[in-house]
Amino acid sequence: MQKLFDAIRRSQIWRSIFRHGYPDTPRNRTLAVLSNTFLHLHPVKVRRSGIRLSYTWCMGGLTFFLFLIETITGLLLMFYYHPTADKAYQDIWALREHVPLGIMREMHRWAAHLMVITVWLHMYRVFLTGSYKPPREFNWNVGVILLVLTLLLSFTGYLLPWDQLAVWAITVGSNMARATPFLGHEGPGASLLSFGGLNLVHAGDDARFGLLAGRFVGEGALLRFYVLHCVGLPLAASVLMAVHFYRVRKDGGISGPL
Amino acid sequence: MGEQLKNAIDWLFEPTRYFAGSVLLLVAIFLGRKWFSKTIVIVAIFALGTVFMLWAPSDPDFRTIITKPDNVPIVILLGSVVFFTWLAMRQAVINDERVKEGKPTLEAELGKKKVFTWPDLVYIEFICMILFTAFLIIWSLKVQAPIEEPAATARTPNPSKAPWYFLGLQEMLVYFDPWIAGVVLPGFIIVGLCAIPYLDPNPRGNGYYTFNERPFAWVFFMVGFILFWVSFVILGTFLRGPNWSFFGPFEYWDLHKLEPLVNVDLSTYFWNFVGKPKPTNPLVREAPGILSLLGFFLLVPPILGKTVLRGLVKSMGMARYNLFMHLLLWFALLPIKMLLRWTINLKYIVGIPEWFFNV
Repeated sequence: MQKLFDAIRRSQIWRSIFRHGYPDTPRNRTLAVLSNTFLHLHPVKVRRSGIRLSYTWCMGGLTFFLFLIETITGLLLMFYYHPTADKAYQDIWALREHVPLGIMREMHRWAAHLMVITVWLHMYRVFLTGSYKPPREFNWNVGVILLVLTLLLSFTGYLLPWDQLAVWAITVGSNMARATPFLGHEGPGASLLSFGGLNLVHAGDDARFGLLAGRFVGEGALLRFYVLHCVGLPLAASVLMAVHFYRVRKDGGISGPL
Repeated sequence: MGEQLKNAIDWLFEPTRYFAGSVLLLVAIFLGRKWFSKTIVIVAIFALGTVFMLWAPSDPDFRTIITKPDNVPIVILLGSVVFFTWLAMRQAVINDERVKEGKPTLEAELGKKKVFTWPDLVYIEFICMILFTAFLIIWSLKVQAPIEEPAATARTPNPSKAPWYFLGLQEMLVYFDPWIAGVVLPGFIIVGLCAIPYLDPNPRGNGYYTFNERPFAWVFFMVGFILFWVSFVILGTFLRGPNWSFFGPFEYWDLHKLEPLVNVDLSTYFWNFVGKPKPTNPLVREAPGILSLLGFFLLVPPILGKTVLRGLVKSMGMARYNLFMHLLLWFALLPIKMLLRWTINLKYIVGIPEWFFNV
């Protein structure tokens, strides 16, 4: 057995992938991190204080991990889902009825809920350890935007099952937009924006209309939310995550006493 | 015995008592943090919580709320916020104790030593990932994701609730109109969060848990996060039923429960007090409210800055101090309005429905 493993490790294929030996010496441990595309986000060495679970709660890492789970399960779900008013509900129902042991939608939904919780807790931890203080001010801001994006991702996904729960939750949530000052037709100041007696801001062109592509949660809103949920927001989140992780590294790694 | 306990809990969870109780609890945690951070306390809290969760679902009304699949995360949220608040407080107490004795903080002592990312860090990440994946798979097998009847725009469910993480905002709708609760306050929450690193003049407590070195920051954030966000989410999920009326955890969600609407505008109080009919011009009619709001936002910051907060003005500078105070005053508007609602049934401080301008 040992011989077989050794043979594999000596093979040209193995050595073409891993350019170092088993990471049990300082040299190989360094190379393991440095030569790996994904691991090299980490520095080679980290402060002992920063990696304890009691310090970080692992919440940032878990948020990222849940984002990956969401991407994989979400991709699989997209194969079976049409974002149209007459098919969406049936597709979701079919996922439950026709797939034995199908838990992709469950995993997608529960991981989404968990991600909201972990991202809140991550912010809580970063605040309590004062990790937003210089030199990490900018990265805290990136984090706040990522937190908002997480909520928006969850919010847009909430509509997609196209059942009563979904449609009315989005109705309640998006009703706020019509009260936006100046931009919503029931917001303060909107009635001031008129031209020759015609209101410039009305139910057919205000902030809520832009969000829902209609005067109520209908087919247009479903398509809009679907595109934002599957493409727009994940793309924005991915770019900002790259910035976020890079800046964690550049601002001195996991925070610790100066 | 059981019924009496349920009635007592229903009584205790009525919004004013629930809020006052949460405030007292937080104050107790801050003042008694040495006691709160003991291991026995968290063990006791979770033991009591477990006993409660084993006993309470025998009640059909409680079971109906708690077993909604989308409400499972709220229980996780509650448990994890309690646990992590305890964990943070514990490390803060230990660190503060060490600093008092002239020793370095835990983080400073351990931070002197550096370890290899492989294996020390990657193993932690790997184990966290495996445990979380296992947890997610078990959860997904046990609880089916909800799917209700197909969408019907003509049938409004009662209550209609936003997704659970926005229920704190929906709860604010009890006290404010949508333009404040749904647009202005959430906007200020985001702006305020972004501004935190630029507004905090305190250089200490960077990279370690400490309460004594940044008491205001900890109190401020915990009040915001625990009291006005998490506890509002829990209130909105479990205790708000049809028509957004309040229901105790063991109360049946009766569609016909009506809460009398007896709320009165400030202007009504004022003109009744003066003994004159309300003027027709809305600006004159609402003058008392407008003036008090202007006074609140324009006079409070300079008055405090000249007196009790002189030190803060000095360390922050005028611009930062004013930005900070205005964000803080918007935040303070919520508890102020809540108190006014509960004490004198105040509906609006300024009520100009003609322009959708109600505060």
